[in-house]
Order: sequence, then structure tokens, then C-alpha cells
Amino acid sequence: MLGRAYVHALNSSTVPEGQPALEISNIELRFGGVVALHDVGFTVTQGHIHAVIGPNGAGKSSLLNCVSGLYHPQVGKAILHTGDGGHHELTKLPPHRIARLGVARSFQNIELFSHLTVLENLMLGRHTHMKHGVLQSLLWFGPAQNQEISHRGIVEEVIDLLSLQAFRHKPVGSLAYGIQKRVELGRALVLQPSLLLLDEPMAGMNAEEKEDMARYVLDVHELAGVTVILIEHDMAVVMDISDRVSVLDFGRLIADGTPAEVKTNPAVVEAYLGAEEH
Amino acid sequence: MATATGIHHRTYRAELRLRHTKAEWARLAIIVVLLLVVPYLLNTYWLGIANSILIAVIGAVGLNILVGFTGQISLGQGGFLAVGAYTSAIASTRLGLPVPVAVIVAVFVTAGIGALFGLPALRLKGLYLAIATLASQEIIMFVVRRWGFLTEDKGYIEVPRFGFIERETFEIQWYWILLPITFLAVLMARNVFRSSLGRSFMAVRDQDIAAEAIGVNITRAKVTAFALSSGFVGLSGALSAYYTETVTWERFTLDVSVLYLAMIIVGGLGSIAGSVYGAIFMMLLPALLTELGDQVGDSIPFLSDQLPAIKNALFGAAIITFLLIEPRGLDRIWTRVKDYVRFWPFRY
Repeated sequence: MLGRAYVHALNSSTVPEGQPALEISNIELRFGGVVALHDVGFTVTQGHIHAVIGPNGAGKSSLLNCVSGLYHPQVGKAILHTGDGGHHELTKLPPHRIARLGVARSFQNIELFSHLTVLENLMLGRHTHMKHGVLQSLLWFGPAQNQEISHRGIVEEVIDLLSLQAFRHKPVGSLAYGIQKRVELGRALVLQPSLLLLDEPMAGMNAEEKEDMARYVLDVHELAGVTVILIEHDMAVVMDISDRVSVLDFGRLIADGTPAEVKTNPAVVEAYLGAEEH
Repeated sequence: MATATGIHHRTYRAELRLRHTKAEWARLAIIVVLLLVVPYLLNTYWLGIANSILIAVIGAVGLNILVGFTGQISLGQGGFLAVGAYTSAIASTRLGLPVPVAVIVAVFVTAGIGALFGLPALRLKGLYLAIATLASQEIIMFVVRRWGFLTEDKGYIEVPRFGFIERETFEIQWYWILLPITFLAVLMARNVFRSSLGRSFMAVRDQDIAAEAIGVNITRAKVTAFALSSGFVGLSGALSAYYTETVTWERFTLDVSVLYLAMIIVGGLGSIAGSVYGAIFMMLLPALLTELGDQVGDSIPFLSDQLPAIKNALFGAAIITFLLIEPRGLDRIWTRVKDYVRFWPFRY
């Protein structure tokens, strides 16, 4: 992996590469009597693409929701490290505070603001960096206008990066599925993430669209060195692009290692292919 | 820069302007000229209706901020209008504050009370929130009807006419007072929705979970939306208090809340211009129907005693027809007309 002497604008984390960026430890999440996650823990290393895989219902999205604050686990912690040696306990914060720390995410079922244009959706990704005073908004001229202009720069950079120029002023509700997925990636990127959570960015796509999306994720990763947690079902994609893989099954972590290690792990093979009769 | 091939912006600042082409500026100029000439063309009766429209526009814009842009349905409009009217009337008659100060006090008090009654919105959505706001309407109505202190046990508040307003030129003078206020209020509301605050309201409307995940503090956004919306409604209520010169609870009942909801639905939810069109439509239609009734009443004597009922039925029918033709309201119809003209003679 390349070492970087600089921090790219799209990456707001200053944790040195190779150091732990996110530590998840013995998380347990229950909904009533249903145990969605049981004693799940692993470490995500700065600069890695860290894949989380598992059969349907294994608890992958629930785990992501714990990290981004939408669910609060009954037991366990998710700790985000910062470059200055500090850390934040994400499992105790509400979602908007976690976003302010630079944890950005996309959703499995696209959750864009469907009546707004691509540009407005991306500008909303800048929300945590902007001011929202009532008076300045009513007056427009002055701070509100200047703010719109100054934040447009990074939004346009992301539009270029993801080839969204043609759709800039289109309402996202009217766009094709694949483009919407890309807009959602863009909305997470303009936040200048310290940690990027992607929940099945390639679900429901054909081979060509998957390749495009994988390329965008790799571009972002190579360009900015953003740490990515990726949930994905397509094994070929996961084995190709990830540095490390964690495998969940029925809410338990059954394997954690490099793609090569995980591929030959007997527990993983059993979860995916079923156990051989003895 | 507008050319034959489309509009090409050179700077972000230029793109953020509300109007880009000469045609748009010309259209605005025509509207401004019309607004300046109208008072000299209308008689006192129609000028009075124009003044009611100007006041209603501010209220409709306020309600649309909440319902159309933030997705928080509200049946408490009448109550918030009442808060604005009572506050300004009491502030200027009993506390002796100058009228502009009393109006500003009314705006802030209504905003505060709106934010307070907006708190259920943090837990409730859709129809459940509608019922909660219905409760706020009834609570406010109960208070203004039963709390004798507000009206000094008279049941109404009399607001003295401004010193400079003459009896004969009452309506036209009020027109010149209301027009700039309404114009500024509409412009300010428009400004909110091209800046980050307004965008966060729309984010809450479209996808509240995603809004939270990108860093929008939903609690803050919803309470701010209720306060901002109620501020506009309070302004509308305060102006109506001075314009009508009496404040009584009968003018702020649930019917009024429903009428304002109808305005923004007919005009177009989530559109500032739509709120203006809707307010004009809903205030003008009854007057036009009355006019029509007066004209044809003599020629069909057997119906003349039924005219008020027929008028109400026509009013309802007109609204239903509009909604069937274009559910997204008058604003959308206007957009389609503009597109038709723009692409003519190439129709597709």
C-alpha cells in the first residue's frame, strides 16, 4: 500500500495509516428477545477497505447502524480514533453528532432526498460544515450566499470525481437506480469522511454497473486514502478490493482476516456452502 | 448568461440568483407594474379583497414552510394567527408599545408558542401529528375564549386606527402598507429555501433517517421549522388585527386552519410561489362567485334564494377540479404553461 505524506480534502481523518481507526468491541444488540448481534468485535485499520460479509440476516446492516448511531447496542462499544490520539465512543452519541465526527454512510435501500436535485443532495452532505442561522438565511445576502458559494467547490469536485455532471440539476427521484447509488456515495463523500460506511453499494446492479461502482470506491480510496467499511454480497468484488474481511453469521463473528485467510476458513465455508456430511 | 442553446452560468453567484434570463426579469417587471397600478384601477370593495389576500399570503407562506417544506402537517394555523393578533393588539393597546414594535413582539411570541406546540412533532408523524396540532388549535382557542384577562372581559379587543389613515382612503393606504411587507416576507421565505437551513427542512421531509445520518439535528430542524413558520403566521395575524381593527376569536377557528391548508394544497405544497397563488385563488374565488351570483341572480329568480348554498358547492367543485387536473397545484400549472411557451412551436 502507498504511504501518504499529505491528507486529501476528502479524508478528514489524521490517524496515521496502519493504526486502528475504529475499534468495535463485544457489541451485543437485542430487539426484544431477538439477538441481532452477539459479542461482535473487530478492529478497522486506517487506510483499509474493510469488508463485512455474511448471509442475509447475519446482522451486517445492524452492525453498521450501531456504528452510525441509528441503533444503540445494549452491550459493547465502537470507538473512533482521532489523529491527535483522542477517541470518541460512537455507541453513546446520537447520529448527527457521529456525522459531525466525519462518519459518513450510504444505505442499503437508497435513502436520498428524492424531491431535491443531485446538487441539493450533495450540498446537504455539507450540512455539518455549514451554519444554519435563521436570520442569515432570511436575508440571504451576506453569510448565507457566501457560504453556498464557498461550499460549492468541494461539491463540484465530487461531482467530477463521480461523473455526475449531467445530472447536477435533476431531481434524484427521477434518476436511474445506478446513478442514485452513485449520488448516495457522493453525498457521503462531500462530508469529508474520516470513516466511510457503505451498505451494499453494488446491490441490484449488473456486472458492468458493479465494476463502475467498484472503480469509484477504489478511486476514492486510492485518491484520498479514506478508510472504508463495506458490506457486500458479491464475493468476487469483496475478495478483489478489500484489505480485510470480517464474516458474520447469525449475529456472531465467525472469521476475521485477509481475504485469502477468510476464503479457506472452514467456518466461513460452512456458513456459505453448508457443512459436509461426516 | 442566456443564449439560444440554454443558460450557461459563469459563476456560482450567478447561478444562485433567483432570476437568470431577460424573460424572467421582464415577467417580474410586469408583475411589479401591475401591483403598483392595481390600487388605482380597483374600487374600494375589490381593494379590500386585495388587502385580505396580501395578509393571507404571509400566512399561507408560513404554513407552507411547515407543511410543504418540512412535511409536518399542521391544523393549528388558526390558533397561531390568533396568537399573533391577540399579542400585537394587547401589546399596542394595553402596553402602549409603538405598532412596529408590537408587531415584532407578536412575531416572536407566536414563534415561541409555535415551537412549544411543535414539540409533539419530535415523536409524532403524519396523521398523528395532525391530531396533535388539532389539539393545539383547540387549546389556543379555549384560552383566548375563556381567559378574560386577554380582552378585559369584553370578549373582543378594539384596536384603534392608525392616525394617518383617512376614512375615505382607508383601503388604498392599507394596500401601500401591506404590499411591501408581504413582498419582503415572501422574498425572505424564498431565501430560506436556497440556503442550508431550508435544505435541512426539506431533508427532514424527504428522508428523516438519512438526514440524521448526514448530520442534521432533527430535533433542532423541526423546532426551528415550527418557530419560523409560526413567525410568519404571527406576522399575518398581527397585521390582520390592525387592518380589521377588532380582534375576536371567531376569526381564528378550525375552519381557518382548514382554509389555509386548502390554500397551500391548491397552490402547491413545497413551493413559495404556490402559497401565493393558492392564497389568491382561495380568497378571490368566493368573491368572484358572489359577483357571478349577483349578475345571474335576477335572470334565474327560482334559484336566487339558494345562491349562497350554490356558491359553496361551486367553491368545493372548483377546488376538486383543480386538484384532479394538477395535484401538484397552481405552481405546477404555471410551470407547464411556461414550458409550453418556451418550446413552442416544437411540442413534445
